[in-house]
This record gives sequence, C-alpha cells and structure tokens, in this order.
Amino acid sequence: MRREGSPFQGFGAVFVKELSDNISSVRMLVLELLIVLTALAALYGAIDNLRQTTAEDPFLLLRLFTLSSSPMPSFVAILGFLIPLMAIGLGFDSINSEFNRRTLSRILAQPIYRDALLMGKFLAGLATLSISLTALWLMVIGLGLIFLGVPPGGEEIARSLVFLVIAIFYAGVWLALAMLLSIVFRSPATAALVALGIWLFLTVLWPMLAPAFAQVIAPPDPRYAALGLDTPDTSLWTMFLLRISPNELFGEAMQAVLSPTTRTLGAVFLDQLRGAVMGAPLPLGESVMIAWPQTVGLIAGTIVLFVAGYVLFQRQEVRA
Amino acid sequence: MSEVQKETAPAPRGAVIAAEGLTKRYGKASAVDNINFEIRKGEVFGLLGPNGAGKTTTILMMLGLTDISSGKVSVLGFDPARAPLQVKARVGYLPDSVGFYDHLTAVENLSYTAKLMGLSWQERSRRIAEALAKVRLTDVAEKRVGTFSHGMRQRLGLAEIIVKRAEIAILDEPTSGLDPQSTLEFLDLIRELKAAGTTVLLSSHLLDQVQRVCDRVALFQSGHIVLMGSVAELAVQVLGAGFVVEVEAEGAGIARRLATIPGVTNVETVSADRFRMTAERDVRPDAANAVVAVNGALRRLSVDEPSLEAIYSRYFQVKPSGGVRHAA
Repeated sequence: MRREGSPFQGFGAVFVKELSDNISSVRMLVLELLIVLTALAALYGAIDNLRQTTAEDPFLLLRLFTLSSSPMPSFVAILGFLIPLMAIGLGFDSINSEFNRRTLSRILAQPIYRDALLMGKFLAGLATLSISLTALWLMVIGLGLIFLGVPPGGEEIARSLVFLVIAIFYAGVWLALAMLLSIVFRSPATAALVALGIWLFLTVLWPMLAPAFAQVIAPPDPRYAALGLDTPDTSLWTMFLLRISPNELFGEAMQAVLSPTTRTLGAVFLDQLRGAVMGAPLPLGESVMIAWPQTVGLIAGTIVLFVAGYVLFQRQEVRA
Repeated sequence: MSEVQKETAPAPRGAVIAAEGLTKRYGKASAVDNINFEIRKGEVFGLLGPNGAGKTTTILMMLGLTDISSGKVSVLGFDPARAPLQVKARVGYLPDSVGFYDHLTAVENLSYTAKLMGLSWQERSRRIAEALAKVRLTDVAEKRVGTFSHGMRQRLGLAEIIVKRAEIAILDEPTSGLDPQSTLEFLDLIRELKAAGTTVLLSSHLLDQVQRVCDRVALFQSGHIVLMGSVAELAVQVLGAGFVVEVEAEGAGIARRLATIPGVTNVETVSADRFRMTAERDVRPDAANAVVAVNGALRRLSVDEPSLEAIYSRYFQVKPSGGVRHAA
C-alpha cells in the first residue's frame, strides 16, 4: 500500500532541533575538547619535527597532517582513532533515548513519518561532526600558517579539503553504526558498550587478527618465504580482510590523498612503476582515484548501516 | 513551512471513528481481534479494560502507528494506514505517561511539535500561549520541563493537543499516577475539550473517572470489545437495571402509578410508604409527578446511579462466553 504525503515532512524541524541539541550538549563539548587537545599535541609534535628536519617541501602543510613525533601519533592517526568515538558519542542513544524518555510516540503522533525523524537525526549528527571537523581543519591550517610561516598552496588546500570530506564519510559510518545499535538496543548503555566494543575490535584487534585469518585462508608459499617475500595470495587476503575495518579504509584513503607520492595502496606491480619518476608527486586527480575505492567503501558502509537501521526502525513498535 | 494541507475528508455521517473487523496480530497471538465500533462526533468515549486488553494497540492502529493485520478503521474519513499524515494532523494523542525533552522549556517543547505540525512562527506563538493559558501553565512556560511534576506534564501534553486544534483527542491513561486534585483538574480539562466540540477518546482503567466524563464506553477483554454503550445502558444489560430510585411517600396507588413511568423496569414495595424502582434513566422528576398525581405526600426521593465499577465487577464475575453485547 502506498502511503500518502511526503516522507520528509517535518524533516527540517527534526534536523534543526537535533543539531541544536548536539551542539549545545555537554557530551559533545567534552568530546570536542578531547579531540582538540589531542590534535593540538599531535600538531605541536609535527610542527616541531618540520622545523628541525624539513628543508624544502612543496607539501609542507600536508606534513602537518601526516607527520608523527614520538610518542604522539600523527594528526590523521589520532583522528582515525577519535572520530569514531565522537560519532558513537552522538549516535548511541539517538533513538532509544526517545523510547526511554517516552517522547517517541508523542513525536510520531505528529504529522510526520518515521523517515523524517531518522533522517533528521542522522543528518543532524553528521552536520555536527562536519562542523567539528571543519573547525579542526581550519585550526590546522591556521596553526600551520602561524608556526610554519609558509602560505599553503592551492593543491595543498584542495588535498586537505578532500581529506575533510573523506573524514566526514568516515564519521558517517560510525554514526550510522551507533544509530543502528540505538535502534536495536533499548538500553543506551548496552548500545554504547556494543558500539565501543566494535570500535575497539575493528581498530585494535582486527589489524592483528586479519593477517592470521589470511594465512589460514591462503597459507603462505614457502618458496616466497625463502626469498623473503610475502605470498601474493596471502597479502591480497590480508588486505581484503583488513579493509573490512573502516579505520583501515580511512587510513589508506588518507595516505593516498595526503601523501602525494603514494602511487598505490597495497602490492606494487611493475606496470604501475612503468615511466614513474620515483618520489615525484601524483596530480590530485590521480591521488583521488587511488583513494576512490576506499572512499566509496566508506560511503557504502554508511548507506548499508543506515538502511539496516531504517528497516528495523520502520518495523519497530512505537509504544514505550 | 505551511501547515499540513488538510484535504476535505469524505463525510463521516456522524461517526468520526469507525472500525470494522479491526484486528492486530503479533505472530499467532491476537492483540486486537475483529472489533467493531463507531465513535460519534463530539462525544467522550471511554475505552475500558485490564492491561493488555488491546486498548493501546487499537489507538496505535487508529493513528497509523502500527500496521493493521486485517479489517479497517476510518478516522475522520481517512484510512490511517494509507493517509497517516492526514489523520495525525487532525488527531491529538496523549500517550500514557507522556514524555517531554527535560532540557527544553514548556514553550520550546510545544514549539518543536508545533513545527512538526507545520505551523508558522506567528501561529505557533499565538496557539502555544493560548494553550498554556487553558491548561494553567502560563506561569511556568519558560521553565524546563525537567522540573515539572507528573500532573504538569500531563497538562502540557493536553496543551499540545490544544495547539494542534485536534478534532479528536486520544488520551491514553491520562490520569494514572495523578493526585486527586490534579485528577479533578484534568477531568475538567477533558470536559472543556468536549465543550469546545472535540471528540475525546479516553482509555483508562480508573472506572469512576471514566464514568464521570464519558458518554459511552467500550469494555475490552483479551482483544475483544465485550460491552459497549452508555453506563446506564450497560447497567441494564449487565446488572439488569440502571438507576435505582427510592421513593418515600404516603398515598394510595403510588406503586401502580410509578410502574407506568416510561423507562421504569420494576417497582418493589419495600414497606407501606417505601418504594424502590429500577429504571433505565433517572426518573426522579417523573416519580415526583406520579406521587403528586395520586395526591400522595412525598417525603423523600433518592437515586442510586449505576456504577461502572459494579458493572465491571459483575461482568468479570459472570464472564460470558464471548461476543459483543451492544447496549445500543
């Protein structure tokens, strides 16, 4: 049976209310503070490193994102770790809190469809994360200008903007996952715990487990091992399994976009090196093409998780 | 954003809600099983029954908030499954223990739902101020709802229905958990809604309160409507009589005269000057006239109204085998 009326009726009201709630929430403030402080520490290390070791570099600004100074990881690595935390912090109670506050039936008794509520909440969460990441991006550019004293080039800005967009997609995956869990579990604590468990598993444990699984699926060939090389099949499986983790996809995409000399992600084949000037940067378009599968993977992950949440939410009983 | 486009509904011919064979199944279990009822414009209709009897499920089906397994329901001429937005634009719903956003003020909470209703900024402000005044919450309009008592929250929920200018107000256990004073105030507000022409559907298991405000009731049991009608009609059906009128008067032929009053089903002579009548309505004026007509001397006239509680208790003691017993 076809329903009458627009599924987006009321979307604007939900979006504005949720955005306002997100931005003014103490939870968001704490998370932002955590990220800004950690990012500042990483930036300080990178700037210090750059001042001491770099002579001339056409992509000085991009080094701010990728350089690490022990014991701090790079700015990008920190974001890869903390963006999920921010997204989970925004999404883990988005739907179940409406149940627990007993507001859901009252809100859905207004002339709106569930589509508007779910979409409004998701896009408001994504907008909040985008605003935070954009502010962080501006902070990096600003600090780079102040401390390095070198104005960024057009391509550097363009590459850092691509980084920003991919970081937003990466946040989208985790936000969609957190919202899905907030639909599945009525208890926000359970949803948060499961989301954090998945995050820790995919970020910390999976990179250790994936090579082991790959070796089980495609055992290493001793002839390659004798030559000190990785077996191609095992490497491909390792890469394939690692890419299940959004963290890996984000890391690879960042490597392609923020390190212009990156010619490929994974195994390098001879035909990829034909005519290549080693160490020469690729044009932005080609770097984006290298990062494209990873970016699409992140977008697809977001869509799949959102659709799963959407279907579950549509079938859920409204009564609290 | 403009207010939700309200199309002209097919004329409901007196009934604003009509259910026919309405059924809701969860797997093999039926929460609501083949119920039929009509609710007339402007009446206060009570849904009675124990927890889990199917009252809330019926309400959710009327609002299009849960799928209908079979049968149909029409609300103001619209099918809630097909046109839920049209239904929800016209029907206000106050759920059991209504929830609000505690960090927002009363005005902000109402403003959010008014935006969802599609009201313009000016219209929102005007209607919210009016509604808060009606439910006597103007003084706390700018206070956070987190500081509100249960009774104030319920009144705020009613304010939301007033802001919507709902043609039908569906109130699910609105007085449960309220103190006696708040309950009385809330019942007054329901009467005001009725006076303003709003049809009210009141779901409750607080029988005395239902009796105080409802014109008709439907008694739910295990997903079926087992009784439906006015309290007096149900009393006749279940208790065998509605009103019990006691007359103390001296004179000849009083009992015979009382028995001729329309609506009187039985006259019992308790003593020479005491008569007990059972009737379908309150026949005290007619009884007084009857005593005067036979030149009798009227000493006392009293009436015992049928009690919904008595009907309910008797019904569940008897537990008939099934089927709907329509009193009217």
